[in-house]
Amino acid sequence: MSDFVSGFWNIYVVGIVLVSVIGCGVFLWMQSTAKHVEGETTGHVWDEDLQEFSNPLPSWWRWLYYITIVFALFYLAMYPGLGTYQGQFGWSSTGQYEGEMKKADDQYGPIFKKFQQQDIMTVAANSEAKEMGQRLFLTYCSQCHGSDAKGARGFPNLVDNDWLFGGTPAQIKESIAKGRDAMMPAKGVKPDLNGDQIKDLASYVRSLSGLSTDSIRAQRGKELFAPACAACHGPDGKGMVGVAPNLADKIWLYSSAEETIIETITKGRANRMPAFGEFLGDAKVHLLTAYVFGLGGGVKDAPPAAVAEAAPQAAPEAAPADKK
Amino acid sequence: MQSQATYNYKVVRQFAVMTVIWGIVGMLVGVIIAAQLVWPELNVHEFLSYGRLRPLHTNAVIFAFGGCALFATSYYAVQRTSHAPLFAPGLAAFTFWGWQLIIVLAALSLPLGFTSGKEYAELEWPIDILITVVWVSYAVVFFGTIMKRTVSHIYVANWFFGGFILTVAVLHLVNSAAVPVMAAGILTPKSYSAYAGVQDAMIQWWYGHNAVGFFLTAGFLGMMYYFVPKQAGRPVYSYRLSVVHFWALIFTYMWAGPHHLHYTALPDWTQSVGMIFSLILLAPSWGGMINGIMTLSGAWHKLRDDPILKFMITSLSFYGMSTFEGPMMSIKTVNALSHYTDWTVGHVHSGALGWVAMISIGSIYYLLPRLFGKPEMHSKKAIEVHFWIATIGVVLYIASMWIAGVMQGLMWRATNVDGTLTYSFVESVKATYPFWTIRLLGGLLFLAGMIIMAWNMFLTMAGGKAVNAPVLAPAAAH
Repeated sequence: MSDFVSGFWNIYVVGIVLVSVIGCGVFLWMQSTAKHVEGETTGHVWDEDLQEFSNPLPSWWRWLYYITIVFALFYLAMYPGLGTYQGQFGWSSTGQYEGEMKKADDQYGPIFKKFQQQDIMTVAANSEAKEMGQRLFLTYCSQCHGSDAKGARGFPNLVDNDWLFGGTPAQIKESIAKGRDAMMPAKGVKPDLNGDQIKDLASYVRSLSGLSTDSIRAQRGKELFAPACAACHGPDGKGMVGVAPNLADKIWLYSSAEETIIETITKGRANRMPAFGEFLGDAKVHLLTAYVFGLGGGVKDAPPAAVAEAAPQAAPEAAPADKK
Repeated sequence: MQSQATYNYKVVRQFAVMTVIWGIVGMLVGVIIAAQLVWPELNVHEFLSYGRLRPLHTNAVIFAFGGCALFATSYYAVQRTSHAPLFAPGLAAFTFWGWQLIIVLAALSLPLGFTSGKEYAELEWPIDILITVVWVSYAVVFFGTIMKRTVSHIYVANWFFGGFILTVAVLHLVNSAAVPVMAAGILTPKSYSAYAGVQDAMIQWWYGHNAVGFFLTAGFLGMMYYFVPKQAGRPVYSYRLSVVHFWALIFTYMWAGPHHLHYTALPDWTQSVGMIFSLILLAPSWGGMINGIMTLSGAWHKLRDDPILKFMITSLSFYGMSTFEGPMMSIKTVNALSHYTDWTVGHVHSGALGWVAMISIGSIYYLLPRLFGKPEMHSKKAIEVHFWIATIGVVLYIASMWIAGVMQGLMWRATNVDGTLTYSFVESVKATYPFWTIRLLGGLLFLAGMIIMAWNMFLTMAGGKAVNAPVLAPAAAH
């Protein structure tokens, strides 16, 4: 835990700090004892008329200086400052942080615990939980997903029912707690795609959502889609939860513009949702899950979870999920 | 020695004029970024975006405006108080052109996105090397002149100028140490700091706080010690006080950097040491303020009709205020509220506009007529107007930032009954808009004052001609 690589540095720091603080006081005291006659100059003249009075140090100023020195020594006795010496108050910034966190947990923990034991649907229906969830969302999530949770370019909309990693309570909770990594490789699984072919593919991808496009290019793109993209996005481009986004649902994470799609295919995409589980703890993640679920797009758990089990596990490795 | 040896005023004139020009440029960029905070749509292009212009603003006002003012006043004061013309006039001319080149390179490279990422030391390594060369030349000219002096004692202003020149050299060399990036066997302008992690942060803020302590304080105290007694026509209040506060100031500033890193990964002991020395710094700082203001005792009536003296005394008042505020903000519990808020921005500007800019403006007004062979500035009335506009501007600026900063600090720490934060970050941004608007107005007023100064300067120059005063023989000691 020591900040020093050897005992020498501890002694060095203690010595140099004490000598410096006390030295300031000694210097001041030595300079205060000189005799002065008020109103007389030192006798030196520069540049015609520059002179200096020989006035003594103002005594209120001297006392101000001494007080700060005494305070400094008191502070060093009470708080960490002299090397590894912890100070009489035993204070440390880590200790203060842990103390405050513990106090907060004791005080607020029960409020969150109450909901932690209920299932997500129940929590989502509770208006108090919803308010608390919203406050957490505004603090931790709104920077990327927006205050209204409708996302932004590169940051998914959480209000619609399109889910890159699944919208069941368990899947949402996993996304929040463990985070998500998504990577679409450049040029899909066909690294020899040339610029013209990429343009063809982009036209085809636009046609999947019914957007206007060059139909001849789209036709050629369709043939390229199978070898280059279908492995992840599926033969019909409808994607797979936790693997790759649906390209045919008119929802675009980056943009539907042809140039954006070309950029995506050419360079690939890498995106990440950070993990919040360790930082926030399960109780707050539980509330946030319920809040996000309740935004309108949550998928009920009806047929239990073939997807929920398969997809998240496939996600971290396979995961070219973040394209569109 | 009775021949027509003259002081070298040419380089002083060049730096004095450029002080006003760069002041306008640097403050204009400040006004633009202040406007960008009020109207984000003004971020029209990446070259003109807030993130690129902000370092341009700080570099321009500190090193272009402040730097030129320091060069001009130190070259003027050191010759006249040494009773000898500048040593190595060719090298002095080089410092002028070299410094202007550095400023132009900064004005190009920062908007283009070249930055080392170190606050107040953003310029990349090729420019850093040029700064080193110019700075060493500056030291040679300055200390060479001191060595040529024909009086035995070194005047107090020169201690401060000398301390500032030496220390800035050390600060610049240590903090800018970096490893350039090689790409395809070719050196690129990009570099990475020679230090890593918390050591890098500590070196950076050791530099950063001493840039304030030496570039923006010791140097300008040198200016104060020459121009305030000159303009007031009174002896410096206390020689003893100047000795004590000089040594105490330059010694103590060296320790204060860690207060920029409270509650970070910096070890607790380092933070404490930074904090106590910041508190000890209060008296040494006030020593300069007392010595300046008390120099006026017996001549207070001169304040009534001398706008230049008004600038100087007001600057000392702001110096006293901001050097009280600084130690207070270094106290950990206060810092927990003020850090990362606009309070810090207000504090910096109470020092930068109130102290640094106002003492420079006063000194340059003192210099210009003497450099251009005129009895006084073209319009004394315009100086008066400049003074009031600038003062109102500073007050609006710092008052709005105080309120904004305390408000932000309180909003960020407010919690609800369940322990969640009451306000999201963006709500504090929204609440700050009115204060950013007032700040913009304050900045605009200050800039307007500088434009009046430029007008006054050019008319003074138009009616005058460049003169070099004859070197004076030292007064006989009595």
